[in-house]
Amino acid sequence: MPDSADAVLDAKGVAKRFGAVQALRDASLQVGRGQVVALMGANGAGKSTFVKILTGVLRPDSGHVKIKGRESTVASPAGARAWGLVPVYQEPSLIPDLSVADNLRLGDTAMEPFRHWVAELGLPDLQPDAMIRSLPLASLRIVDLARALAMEPDVLLLDELTAALPTDLVARVLKVVRAQADAGRSVIYVSHRFTEIAAICDRATVLRDGLTVGDLAIEPGIEERIVEMMLGGAVAAAVTEARPGRPVASGTPRLRVRGLRTGTRLTDVSFDLHKGEVLGVVALEGQGQDELFNVLAGNRRASAGTVEVDGRPKAFSHPADAIAAGLTLVPGDRAHALLMSRSVRENIAVPLIARIRNWGAVPMREEAAKVATAVETLQIDTRAQGEVRRLSGGNQQKVTIARWIANGVQTLLLFDPTRGIDIRTKRQIYALVRDLADQGAAVLFYTSELAEIRLACDRAVVIFNGRVVDVIDAAEADESTLMRAAYGLSERAPA
Amino acid sequence: MRRWIEANAWTLGLAVLLAVLLLATKVIQPGFGATGLDSLARAALPFALATVGMAVVVIAGGIDLSVAAMMAVASVTGAVLMAGAGDGQALLAVIAVLALGIAMGTVNGVLIVVTRVPDIVVTLAMLFVWQGVALLILNAPGGGAAPWLRAMSAGGVALPGLPQGLTDWLPRGVVFLAVVTALIWVPIRRSKLGLRLYAIGSDPLAAFRSGVPVGQTRIAAYAICGLFAALGGLSVTMSTGIGEPIPGPYLLASVAAVVLGGVVLGGGRGGILGPILAVFILRTVRMDLTMLSVDPNVAAIIEGTIMVAVVMFGAILATRGRKA
Repeated sequence: MPDSADAVLDAKGVAKRFGAVQALRDASLQVGRGQVVALMGANGAGKSTFVKILTGVLRPDSGHVKIKGRESTVASPAGARAWGLVPVYQEPSLIPDLSVADNLRLGDTAMEPFRHWVAELGLPDLQPDAMIRSLPLASLRIVDLARALAMEPDVLLLDELTAALPTDLVARVLKVVRAQADAGRSVIYVSHRFTEIAAICDRATVLRDGLTVGDLAIEPGIEERIVEMMLGGAVAAAVTEARPGRPVASGTPRLRVRGLRTGTRLTDVSFDLHKGEVLGVVALEGQGQDELFNVLAGNRRASAGTVEVDGRPKAFSHPADAIAAGLTLVPGDRAHALLMSRSVRENIAVPLIARIRNWGAVPMREEAAKVATAVETLQIDTRAQGEVRRLSGGNQQKVTIARWIANGVQTLLLFDPTRGIDIRTKRQIYALVRDLADQGAAVLFYTSELAEIRLACDRAVVIFNGRVVDVIDAAEADESTLMRAAYGLSERAPA
Repeated sequence: MRRWIEANAWTLGLAVLLAVLLLATKVIQPGFGATGLDSLARAALPFALATVGMAVVVIAGGIDLSVAAMMAVASVTGAVLMAGAGDGQALLAVIAVLALGIAMGTVNGVLIVVTRVPDIVVTLAMLFVWQGVALLILNAPGGGAAPWLRAMSAGGVALPGLPQGLTDWLPRGVVFLAVVTALIWVPIRRSKLGLRLYAIGSDPLAAFRSGVPVGQTRIAAYAICGLFAALGGLSVTMSTGIGEPIPGPYLLASVAAVVLGGVVLGGGRGGILGPILAVFILRTVRMDLTMLSVDPNVAAIIEGTIMVAVVMFGAILATRGRKA
């Protein structure tokens, strides 16, 4: 740990309470010149609140933040910038209806350094007059980062920067971030990804329950210690433990998909999903997996191909059709699935109500019992009883899954359910998915983290360029095999 | 060029629609000429100014239900100050009214930003407040207007070197509208304030994180709306010569024209020219229906249907374009 006196950024004893929820109790963070410091913590540990306080979005109840030795009076993101602290948030801070160039003008950012950084980050062909609305999410993140770099900050705060970035861009981004530190700048790197932290960070500061519980130098094998710190007293089972694969069931599959095609991305996908099976879906960004899930959930129509449920051909023209056929989607974007300003209970009960009664009063007691079971199974933190949007991301994700469990699920379509979630919640979700399958549900599980295939699935189909290019058993599904297959390099014949 | 056409397709479409409607008018009423165009422009002027003010607020992600009431305050204030006044004094009165418009808009904006009460509630409340103020100033139509002001919106514009037969076809109302709007809006649109207005309408959180002073920009949007409402109120006094404490149906008409003009309710997208063209389209439709002696009640139904149909048609075209 550097001496507080030479730290470029020094936060001590920061506390913040929202109503009944004490989000931060005693958080501290020191970042020295030329360092990349990882800020880690399970969901609900107070990371987001801490980031908001550092960047001036929120004011702390107590504690202090010093930047370059002076007491920070940062009151807004723009104010933070004047102090030399530039944040890049999880959601790009770009105006959708303005062009790239206008977005730069809006923040008084010079064009030339921006162009340099965009090229360096792997998007040399970006048109400055392109509308932000028309760009894919990955490009927006690059634009947001390049804009931050062009401001030449003393401290760069990167919040889950690489989530949803394709692998080749991640490599470039990490290189650029490390180079910033080597040039004497400082970086706060908020992330859940150990490989990235090991690659570029010097130290890691770990938060748990609103408290800074550790400040460690990054060295080989530090992952387990960090996991232990994040979990606290809880048992830290080995992260890489694989489950034994199960024999593929025979008979009529719960879900049979043949030659499915829609739009330009999904060209020809076929697979069988059996009762009691968790089938992983592996694909790089934009290989057709979004379209596949949308077709199966009834959000979008297929232009060719068939979907059979329990041997009966089905065509969904509305999500209600898919739900009636027992197919339920947990979307990647939690905001699409939840009624953000309603209570946890109501959110879990909504699909339940749809099933119990079409008309008349809602049977409150039955509802309450089912909801209570679901909340307990998932260990949802219900301290913030009122509105779902006050919950942390991980707890919100659990609510989206809980609503279908309360309902009794037949076929669950999970689209990247663990994105941006801490390790403890992830494990709860794996266990939950496993339990559901053991009770006879069929689960289709798309994940952007390759390591999850071994942890949660029986088999995995690999989709590349809109087609199934490989089917891999969980036992053989190590990351390098999956990665090769996902890039279409697999030599194995498609199943 | 292609990109420019794509970006302004909606506005161009409206311009074509307006041209077609004017031709149709000539067919319906062969006598329709410079005089008809002049009276159309004069009738449309207060609607157009209210619409521009509304468009600015809607682009910034808000709505102002008090726009017609502010016009009434401006109209009666102008008429009372100008009644029996000399030319110089009338000029001062005009300036005072414009300042009053900015002040009323600022009050709206400050209330919305400081109290965090939704804009639709605040401006609805202010609708009643401004309405009461207008009636306190003048409880029946009255007052006066300076002759030079009245002359600004009537008749053709004399341009040196062009025959009067040609300049008669350029109504002063249109020129007045174009000059005033260009003088106020173009500098704003080109400045950082313009970018900020679009930014807070498009995504207030991203705007805040990009360093935009969101509250101040929102207040500015309402102040600009107040300024245009004052101009609209003056234009009523200009064409009638008196102050009107009870405003015309400018509020709903301005929302209609803003939507028809391609500004997205919710903010961030659209311009000023489209809504202005939409005002003229709606006025021309009404004029044609009157000429065809359609029952006014039926005419209202037809107008509403046209609006929904055009906006729906536009949405269908937009989805087609995205799929292609």
